Amino acid sequence: MSPSSKTTYLSKTVEQLQPSGIRRFFDLASKMDNVISLGVGEPDFVTPWNVIEASFHSLEKGYTAYTANAGMIELRTRISAYLKKKYQVDYDPEEQVIVTVGASQAIDLALRALIDPGDEVIVVEPSFVSYAPAVSLAGGIPVKVDTDPLQQFKLEPELLEKAITEKTKAIMLCSPNNPTGTVLSKDELAAIAAVVKKYDLFVLSDEIYGELCYDEKHTSFSQIPEMKERTLLLSGFSKAFAMTGWRLGYAVGPSEIIKAMTKIHQYTIMSAPTMAQHAAIEALDHSETSVQEMKKSYRQRRNFVVKEFREMGLNCYLPGGAFYVFPSIQKTGFTSEEFAEKLLQEQRVAVVPGNVFGRSGEGYIRCSYATSLKQLDEAMKRIRAFLQTI
Amino acid sequence: MTVNDKKIEILELLEKDSRLEVEKIAKMTDLSVEETNQLISEMERDHIIAGYSTLIDWTKVLDYEGVTAMIDVKVTPTRGVGFDKVAERIYRFPEVEAVYLMSGAYDLSVLIEAKTMSDIGRFVSDKLSTLESVLSTTTHFVLKKYKHDGIIFEGDDDDKRIMVTP
Ligand SMILES: Cc1ncc(COP(=O)(O)O)c(C=O)c1O
Repeated sequence: MSPSSKTTYLSKTVEQLQPSGIRRFFDLASKMDNVISLGVGEPDFVTPWNVIEASFHSLEKGYTAYTANAGMIELRTRISAYLKKKYQVDYDPEEQVIVTVGASQAIDLALRALIDPGDEVIVVEPSFVSYAPAVSLAGGIPVKVDTDPLQQFKLEPELLEKAITEKTKAIMLCSPNNPTGTVLSKDELAAIAAVVKKYDLFVLSDEIYGELCYDEKHTSFSQIPEMKERTLLLSGFSKAFAMTGWRLGYAVGPSEIIKAMTKIHQYTIMSAPTMAQHAAIEALDHSETSVQEMKKSYRQRRNFVVKEFREMGLNCYLPGGAFYVFPSIQKTGFTSEEFAEKLLQEQRVAVVPGNVFGRSGEGYIRCSYATSLKQLDEAMKRIRAFLQTI
Repeated sequence: MTVNDKKIEILELLEKDSRLEVEKIAKMTDLSVEETNQLISEMERDHIIAGYSTLIDWTKVLDYEGVTAMIDVKVTPTRGVGFDKVAERIYRFPEVEAVYLMSGAYDLSVLIEAKTMSDIGRFVSDKLSTLESVLSTTTHFVLKKYKHDGIIFEGDDDDKRIMVTP
């Protein structure tokens, strides 16, 4: 080969990835003082003390080595028992459970295990910012499906059906959803399942907010008849147990796929952090009360924030889960970005513009209520003041 | 949710912060302000809400002097009323902050707060020990308060999260 000069050494895939809009708002907000942040997608609680203590104990006992690739069997057994109790679905801890570095890695592994170059994966928007890039990084093509704000951003089967092509392999679902907080009921999931079956698709069901459902019991996609065989349930400890920094998640699903994911995991990560796995065992065994207390507090704050937005005259539906509200700012005449940026500059409140989660989020802002009531109250006062100036 | 659930929710909120405004409680519990006021008044009337107090870390207050002691008290119960009568004799003293009937090595646990150690000494020797049914007392002085009524005194509660996250 003759020598030549390249303009870049970067892969085209990476070059073409858009930087996350969340990153931009982080950069803006972190340069300012006295900012109240409603831009945080994680619990404001510290991990329950018994869980923290369990990890100290594991270190004291000298558990500082790698674990099995798929994760400690004790933990996989607990995950399996927990899902059985919660959803009455059976997963074999040996074959059908893998412990990952956050739900994030579970998403990545799942896509890499399923996707060949050119395969399409449906991403329902507004969506968690990582889905589409993760599909691209796995060599697939993300196909975005917009949802209707007037239907609380619920995925309607007809919209899904329209987006399906010969190349569609899988769908990424998320209920309760980040950023909208929308929860899909059993019937709504069943209607989606009918389409999934008709076109013989696979479903990646991100249920990381499953514990945080406020009005009705959470339904897992794997519970829908005939869906267990074609579903990977992706979840983790970050949200329900306030363990974002521990980086621990899991995937459960058909043996063949879990086996493939474990193979990739083995060559890339080896195993999830050992102390975090010990902590997670304690979390599953003894944190029911803490989880319920946190949940109660989120529900109260959700009610508070939704009422406040409505009093300000912004349209805001009552989201059934997660810890976000997604009010409409359309009547202000600003785009989401303009609104969020001006609000930050003028009143020092950080929110995330809805469009960073997909174009159907335009006209909305994501506000996390995982922040103390005192901060929420102050943020609402500031937003009210901001609305009065425009 | 039943009315009782709502009451419990209000109580939990007030227990954490007795200054929480009724308007906020109403919004959080999905009640109207009138309903919330009504439930709170009912609970005050029924002495479910026995009072509203403020938790103060006095050690942070300049020039404030105060001593807390916990006294284990052994008593002879009185026929017919058991420990109640002597407990009342004790809890009526204004310097007594709390009185509990205990199982185990002694009968009553008395928490007392006073300005100085000698004030506490005087209380124990003059008032407590001289009560007819008091058999013995053991006084423990509190050296430092780390946590009280569920509140950590020296805790660092800063939000350690970064400003905007996915
Ligand atoms: C929908 C969704 N999935 C996955 C994740 C990632 O979670 P983890 O911390 O387990 O990687 C998040 C985090 O914000 C999320 O909102």
